[in-house]
Amino acid sequence: MAAVILQATGLSRAFGGLRAVEAVDLNLTAGEIHALIGPNGAGKTTLVSLLSGRLSPDAGRIIFAGEDITRLPAHTRVARGIAYTFQITSIYGGLSVFDNLALAVQRHRPRDLRQAVQAAADRVGLGSYLQAEAGLLSYGHQRLLELGMGLALHPRLLILDEPTQGLAAGEIGDFINLIRGLQGTTILLIEHNMEVVMALAQRITVLNMGQVLAAGTPAEIRANAAVQAAYLGVEHVAD
Amino acid sequence: MKALGLHLGVLLTLALAGLLLPDYHQGMLTRVLVMAVFATGYNLAFGYTGLLSLGHALHFSAGMMAAGLAMRDGMAPEAALPLGALAGTVSAALTGILALRTKGVSFMIVTLMFAQAFYLTLLYFGAFTGGDEGFPLPGSARQMFGLDLTQPGPRFTVALLLFGIALLVQAALVRGRFGRSMVAIRENEERSRMLGYNPFTIKLTALTLSGLYAGVAGAAYGLLFGYVGAGFGTTQYSILPMLYVLLGGAGTTLGPLLGAGLMAWLIDAASSLTEASLAIIGAVLIALVVFAPKGILGTIRERGAKWLP
Repeated sequence: MAAVILQATGLSRAFGGLRAVEAVDLNLTAGEIHALIGPNGAGKTTLVSLLSGRLSPDAGRIIFAGEDITRLPAHTRVARGIAYTFQITSIYGGLSVFDNLALAVQRHRPRDLRQAVQAAADRVGLGSYLQAEAGLLSYGHQRLLELGMGLALHPRLLILDEPTQGLAAGEIGDFINLIRGLQGTTILLIEHNMEVVMALAQRITVLNMGQVLAAGTPAEIRANAAVQAAYLGVEHVAD
Repeated sequence: MKALGLHLGVLLTLALAGLLLPDYHQGMLTRVLVMAVFATGYNLAFGYTGLLSLGHALHFSAGMMAAGLAMRDGMAPEAALPLGALAGTVSAALTGILALRTKGVSFMIVTLMFAQAFYLTLLYFGAFTGGDEGFPLPGSARQMFGLDLTQPGPRFTVALLLFGIALLVQAALVRGRFGRSMVAIRENEERSRMLGYNPFTIKLTALTLSGLYAGVAGAAYGLLFGYVGAGFGTTQYSILPMLYVLLGGAGTTLGPLLGAGLMAWLIDAASSLTEASLAIIGAVLIALVVFAPKGILGTIRERGAKWLP
């Protein structure tokens, strides 16, 4: 059994009267691909915002790589190895693809920035777009750039918030191959597309109404009656 | 390389202009260069980092006052100029720590209020600072490294030297890692945070550097033109660098110089035409905002000259 890299216990966060996340426990094993699924409004994005530090929890603790990071600001968590890619594409639209990637790459102070940026671009298939203005790229390429920036941070934990949303079928296939090819990076994947989840995830946590409904292997989740009722049954009855 | 060539070419042209221009225009160019140092600093905060400060008169006049008062007390200009730089830097760092807790319109108002408070403080202690009337710096005190700064030639040389340093340091800065992170904060602060950048420290550093430039410019202004007064702390001196930067092109290395120069000669030309010269200036500024909202160099860059630094 590999080491636990992230351990969240009793995480809660409310917005006014709405308990978006309540007493959630989540353990991530180093190197695994862990999917977080649940209906819209289940609290998935709130939960990963708590993990990445974009929001602070009302209660609970987060241990990352053996250290308590509950009170650390987001940018410090990124420096410690937690990267987050945005659900709504958040790139620097007015800057070139090169500068977008360089902003992530230069965090590690490579000797040759140009070469490191080229490598980061090639990784997500944007190698020939370095001089293009990022805001003018197609939507799919912008998603890839967002992913490329996350990967270029060389994170120990990469949180992907609905990475395949709006991608064409072929692009989704490329995405799955890209994520499968990553070595040593733990991935927390929020995803609505169940094909992507089943193709990638080694473990799945299901959220519903801000609470953990179930957790387990893809096979266990598929067989779970409560999950089927809350989620799978509604949208994917045909599977 | 292209950028470095352009910068050196501009500095060379300025040096030649200083040699060839008649006295009146050489004097104006000297003033423009000092104000361009101020505006170049403003550009670091506003043009590159997106910090719309309305309080840079504070840093300019802090630099001027610190250097001026010290020289009145007998300090040599060689030491007074760095002291002015320090005053601008410290005033920007201190106000930045507080003002950067706010954003956007609040940031504008807080910086404006700090500058106003400093201006009123200068007036309140008028017996010491000279208040609105200010005080002259005697010619005997304005001798630096063997240069007689009461003379137009040496005055121009010092102004050009300071501007040259200001321009090249800015150019190097904005091409490097830190410059890229400044632009990143301007373009998308939240994204930058999630790439591991601390927006507060980047903004504070940019603002402090900007204060350093303003302090140097203020101290040099007093030193070169021999007069120090609280009047340089008025809101007008916060607006001027902003206008220069907007006119020349925010976030371009040469925009501040172009804006300062254009404005000076525009005012000069307009006042020889009509008493209501400010009406002409106003019309030009409105035309600028409507037709070239990114300033002159910003628009040229957008329309094709993408390499423009």
